[in-house]
Amino acid sequence: MGSTISEKILARASGVKKVEAGDIVDANVDLAMSHDNAALVSKIFKQLGVDRVWDNSKIVIILDHRTPANQIKSAEGHKSIRQFVRDQGIGFFYDVGEGICHQILPEKGHVKPGMLIVGTDSHTTTHGAFGAFSTGIGATEMACVWATGKLWLKVPETIKMIINGKLPEMVTAKDVILYIIGEIGSDGANYKAIEFYGDTIKDLSISSRMTISNQAMEAGAKTAIIPPDDKTFDYLKDRVKGEMRGVYADEDASYEDVLEFDVSNLEPMVACPHAVDNVKPVREVEGIEIDQAVLGSCTNGRLEDIEIAARILKGKRIDPRVRLIVVPASREVYISALKRGYIEILLKAGATIINPGCGPCLGAHQGVLASGERAITSTNRNFRGRMGSPDSEIYLASPATVAISALKGEISDPREVVR
Amino acid sequence: MRIRGKVIRYGDDINTDVIFPGRYLAITEPEEMAKHAMEDLDKDFLKKVKERSIIVAGKNFGCGSSREQAVICLKYAGIRAIVARSFARIFFRNAINQGIPVVELEDTSGIEDGEEIEIDLDEGTVRNLTKGEDYRFKPLPDFIRKIIDSGGLLNYTKERINR
Repeated sequence: MGSTISEKILARASGVKKVEAGDIVDANVDLAMSHDNAALVSKIFKQLGVDRVWDNSKIVIILDHRTPANQIKSAEGHKSIRQFVRDQGIGFFYDVGEGICHQILPEKGHVKPGMLIVGTDSHTTTHGAFGAFSTGIGATEMACVWATGKLWLKVPETIKMIINGKLPEMVTAKDVILYIIGEIGSDGANYKAIEFYGDTIKDLSISSRMTISNQAMEAGAKTAIIPPDDKTFDYLKDRVKGEMRGVYADEDASYEDVLEFDVSNLEPMVACPHAVDNVKPVREVEGIEIDQAVLGSCTNGRLEDIEIAARILKGKRIDPRVRLIVVPASREVYISALKRGYIEILLKAGATIINPGCGPCLGAHQGVLASGERAITSTNRNFRGRMGSPDSEIYLASPATVAISALKGEISDPREVVR
Repeated sequence: MRIRGKVIRYGDDINTDVIFPGRYLAITEPEEMAKHAMEDLDKDFLKKVKERSIIVAGKNFGCGSSREQAVICLKYAGIRAIVARSFARIFFRNAINQGIPVVELEDTSGIEDGEEIEIDLDEGTVRNLTKGEDYRFKPLPDFIRKIIDSGGLLNYTKERINR
């Protein structure tokens, strides 16, 4: 019996010839990523009684969640992280304003196919878009990884998802993954790895693939891997140092389930309050008034996301009842969007542009919602109170749907732009 | 290991954002975290937890963020075990790493709010003392039990490093 991608990566990382789903392995981590919660991780690390981290060249810390600091507690946290980085000689530190951790990791060349990456953030699954086994862990686990370089992992069963069909215009990767989560449920891939295949996936840009691997976490996935191809290596070649080799599944690998989706007639989708699997076609909720529209996050804050919004809003003005907040995912994305004129288009349309980071996605600052308010957003979670008041509502949608809805002041179907 | 206590009952898909809202994520002191436990889900939680110490819920408990604060706040508020039909994976790991036993029971619908239960981690049983019913679960693997018995991953790792 052959192996899945996850089985191969975890076997290599734990120094054995072969592992199977269900085995518990003590794996050597290739890359350990933390963000603002490194303040908590370093506090726990100090309780371990170890002087030095296991390998400071394999630790990346990125400040993105509450940046620039939104309150004294956050500022104190950031300060303690900077001190820890200096004391330990942490190899890679990205301070306030560089961008979101999941954008920075591949952009700055930290991600390679076949790596075992762990991060203290649930959306660490994003790096599966580059063929890595990449998963979210807690703060105590990360403190132990910093100390030992090792982590226990249960080798997951894998669900193979085959997605075929040419996406209709204005229907994007976000709609695909919301549709899939709606079909399989918010725990449809809990504890499992997903491997994505099919023409649709092959046709997607790297940014769109990141959207898929990122949002797949909302179905519970432990990791969400897209096998690397020429596009992957093209993106990485000028960023990554050293050799790259893809890890691929054997033809006779054993899958727990094989799911096939045809997306050639897919419509724009939206996840309605207060669950990510409460997914409906946009047309079923068209006309619901909104107070805020957010374009950004590790899910959808990249150049192509800003581009499609600029295309929809060029020469127009958003509805005066709506606040449109745009958050470029990184400094690189921001500069590219500026150079191409997208930022000016969005500013003229009435958008507020905020610094690269997580921004309002987690309800900490930069656009929290009041009671009774409703937002449409390209972020990844619509849990009650996620973006502010527990009495507010969040609709998750693609950047195109967010932009057209900001323009109209109500949830709207982006396909009307091309009709 | 046996844990006995009264039950605080919740439903399906209880997510980390209602257990510990994102606006408090800058907090790093466990006692401070406990003050905000379940703040967006159940305003009476801190009152309830004074007399009750076990959460029983439906499927996918702890879905969402990787924030360990979601476990730490419950632990320091006084929760000693969580029984659910299933747990989201990072929450499941975080609970074990904080030394909080997590029990996956195929059907939790028989256990109601305020009832008294006793969990036996070795035998794999939950005894409903109020109703006089027994429910069985698959005991946690030895390796995970060792982490829980050490009081969490921090102690477990310390023991391994110092050995």
